[in-house]
Amino acid sequence: MANVLAFAESRAGALRKVALEAVTAARALADTAGGGEVHAIVAGAPGIAGEAPRLGAHGADRVVAVEHAAFANYDPESIAATVAERAKSGGYRAIIFSASAQGRDLAPRVAAKLGVGMLSDVISLEVSGDAIVAKHPAYANKVIATVAVTGSPAIVSLRPNAFTPVENARAGTVESAQPAADPGASRVVVRETIKGSSTRPDLTEAPVIVSGGRGLKAPENFKLVEELAEAFGNAAVGCTRAVTDDGWRPHSDQIGQTGRVVSPQLYVAVGISGAIQHLAGMRTSGTIVAINKDREAPIFKVADYGIVGDALQIVPALTKAVREARRHG
Amino acid sequence: MKIAVCIKRVPDMEARFRIASSGASVDEAGLKYDMGDFDGYAVEAALQITEKQGGEVVAISLGPAVVQETLRKALSMGVARAVQLEAAAIPFDGFAIARALAAELKDGGYDLIMFGKVALDSANGVVGAMTAELLGLPVVTACSKLDVAGGRGTARRELEGGAELVEFPLPAVVTIDEGIARPRYPALKGIMAAKKKPLEVKPAQLGEQRATIKSMELPAERPPGRIIGEGTDAIPELVRLLQNEAKVL
Ligand SMILES: Cc1cc2nc3c(=O)[nH]c(=O)nc-3n(C[C@H](O)[C@H](O)[C@H](O)COP(=O)(O)OP(=O)(O)OC[C@H]3O[C@@H](n4cnc5c(N)ncnc54)[C@H](O)[C@@H]3O)c2cc1C
Ligand SMILES: Nc1ncnc2c1ncn2[C@@H]1O[C@H](COP(=O)(O)O)[C@@H](O)[C@H]1O
Repeated sequence: MANVLAFAESRAGALRKVALEAVTAARALADTAGGGEVHAIVAGAPGIAGEAPRLGAHGADRVVAVEHAAFANYDPESIAATVAERAKSGGYRAIIFSASAQGRDLAPRVAAKLGVGMLSDVISLEVSGDAIVAKHPAYANKVIATVAVTGSPAIVSLRPNAFTPVENARAGTVESAQPAADPGASRVVVRETIKGSSTRPDLTEAPVIVSGGRGLKAPENFKLVEELAEAFGNAAVGCTRAVTDDGWRPHSDQIGQTGRVVSPQLYVAVGISGAIQHLAGMRTSGTIVAINKDREAPIFKVADYGIVGDALQIVPALTKAVREARRHG
Repeated sequence: MKIAVCIKRVPDMEARFRIASSGASVDEAGLKYDMGDFDGYAVEAALQITEKQGGEVVAISLGPAVVQETLRKALSMGVARAVQLEAAAIPFDGFAIARALAAELKDGGYDLIMFGKVALDSANGVVGAMTAELLGLPVVTACSKLDVAGGRGTARRELEGGAELVEFPLPAVVTIDEGIARPRYPALKGIMAAKKKPLEVKPAQLGEQRATIKSMELPAERPPGRIIGEGTDAIPELVRLLQNEAKVL
């Protein structure tokens, strides 16, 4: 029987969807590894323990709630130490993180503290003999590697959106714990948090992404992209490197080889040429729509539905049509 | 200011990759190699700091003799000297790499140790933070802005839907994201000078490797693209397809 620990990521006092993905994957792993317990560890400002029922509902037998005023901001040093301490005491077979910005920061710290191996950014996960085996996109997402890690606990980070949260109710018994390292002693200190440029859902979580490129001509025309995203209701806004280079959008919105990797159900590329480095970040999207005035643009090679023409005319009309369709849908 | 930059030799990601006959690696035939994209940003950022504040930049790469080409490229950009940690191959296991790099960096007296955020071939994104832990140094990952002065650093980190500004004491480790600096092209003078710069070769202390690649496959190809029409006239058809065929609306 092997227990599995899931790191339940939160921000501003609420769980993120990736927390439920981690708990779901931990549950499945524990069940196939002989039916051990799933423990979810959540760190946040006082009150975060109130999120425990959602973790229980997704398969956590126990919720370790580490509440501290300093955890209103992400404190990597103290949180990594706390997760590692818990790991040492718990006899876990694996520790599951999301490969979100926070999880990518935290997981390798914990692995190194424990002196164990890790697998990053996996899209599947199973136990095979004394190894944990997973699929992992590599080479700018152009190759799928099957990777394995031996030793306990194995550290794994999950590609956001690759695992669907599944309800599987367990007790979710809350156990409070203290930070294993004094947050006041952390050397890296957050001075300021900056909200993103839009109030839309996050790129890695959104089922629809409307993305703009240099073909939009001017930063103010991103308003058209924002409005189309608004019309879909649940869409995030992305962009190309050409656009972040020109300072039209922040780097956190960039999709591609050196930006974010996304895989929404629907990706709408507006005024984007479809450079190979951009495709590296979005080619696994479910349906791809492209709007570009150049019939020869490479984006049309991957677009399920392409429209040739001026984005500045097409996008407002499409926004109207999507609003209509959703009103009557 | 003494800065170390760890650089990995990786294939150019524009390539159309094939799987080698072993089934567990890519076929190297015809691939072009260079330092990773983010490693290039790190080298450039390090050079800009020492050009302003004085000091030297040292480049370190772990791998077989061919990584010397990658180190020469860094030297030609302006790095003062280079260290190859010799290993028969570059392992997949990031912790093994981190252990070997930490052993080399430990007594180097560096104020700042820089990494790429991720090497896009193995796509692990772990070596920088692991090395920092092994060295007991503070680490800031995925920096898109970086300033160092007076023994302290400030950095910006991109998060999902936002960013944070952090402050930290030196010595420290940082991993570099998009947004800091684009690597300069080596000038002819730099390329000539690089030939005479010191490049030391030492054995890599890799130790046990727990993470391995078992096999590789190419992902399914997307169906070929389709243009459904021109201008605003095509919108009704697009909406119909999104509703009835793709079922995403
Ligand atoms: C190492 C490296 C890493 C990179 N990483 C990334 C990355 O992560 N993400 C990324 O996106 N790029 C990346 N790039 C850059 C990439 O190569 C391209 O330069 C970039 O994606 C181009 O952005 P774009 O499509 O917005 O601009 P362009 O290539 O300039 O394309 C603009 C498009 O808009 C169309 N257009 C113009 N006017 C209109 C109009 N009125 N209506 C409709 N269409 C119009 C044009 O036909 C054209 O196809 C990277 C490059 C390198 C070398
Ligand atoms: N073999 C290597 N030699 C030197 N530096 C490396 C090596 N492998 C990884 N790195 C560094 O660690 C970063 C992250 O690599 P990874 O964790 O493998 O994605 C890279 O961008 C490099 O800065």
